[in-house]
Amino acid sequence: MKTKIFKVKSKTENLSLIRDFIKTATAEAGVTSDAVENIILAVDEACTNIIKHAYKSFPDGELIIKTKSTLSRFVISIIDYGNSFEPDTIPEPDLQKYYRQKRVGGLGMYLMKTLMDDVKYVSIPGKYNEVMLSKNIEAAHSNAG
Amino acid sequence: MAEFNTSIKEQGAVSIINLKGYLDAHTAPILENNFVDLIDKNRFQIVVDFKDLAYISSAGLGVFMAYIEKIRESNGDIKLAGMNNKVYNIFDLLGFPLLYEIFNSESEAVQKFTEKK
Repeated sequence: MKTKIFKVKSKTENLSLIRDFIKTATAEAGVTSDAVENIILAVDEACTNIIKHAYKSFPDGELIIKTKSTLSRFVISIIDYGNSFEPDTIPEPDLQKYYRQKRVGGLGMYLMKTLMDDVKYVSIPGKYNEVMLSKNIEAAHSNAG
Repeated sequence: MAEFNTSIKEQGAVSIINLKGYLDAHTAPILENNFVDLIDKNRFQIVVDFKDLAYISSAGLGVFMAYIEKIRESNGDIKLAGMNNKVYNIFDLLGFPLLYEIFNSESEAVQKFTEKK
């Protein structure tokens, strides 16, 4: 099992560094390119939500991003120490409603759930929040070896 | 570091915003400012050309939702053009093709505005 870790401050300008980190981690794990793009977007959405909602755009919060890969699964865990979060209160997005209300929300979470095979949240109020994103991957490297 | 930028050109009454690079929560305000400027100038016929856009997240998609109603109330529209498959798939997942006209090329989108008259 390969693991990697990346710690970064809660600023949107760091989203590109986060995407680069995930790109490298997925490449090292031999994840195929379609899945890589989906994983990168899902992690971007998760981190954007943490920066905007858990840390309310406060730039000195910490995000700890860990990746783990096995032959069949690529898992990303993102920990933050911001406000806790109740994922069940976020409704499925309804674009027609957004159009009428001129507001957008929940698109990121919907994308995460659609692009990944499993999304789990753990929130210990006053301590930490963790989101775990999992993607089943093909063992592409088994052909090579 | 120019990870995202836009350029605007005008073709008669139609304004064309060309997007280049990576559109995420950090860079979305650049595009928001473009829409605010065009609305201030009463330019409501807008084509957004995605052909040089490599990446979009939901923060970028949200920009289109934020201004579309105001623009349509002013008899304008935002038409989208030139998306690569990866970017189109994200729009499609979120149901945007029901709300926006999406064209293969910028010229087709511009033509749609001009032929209406």
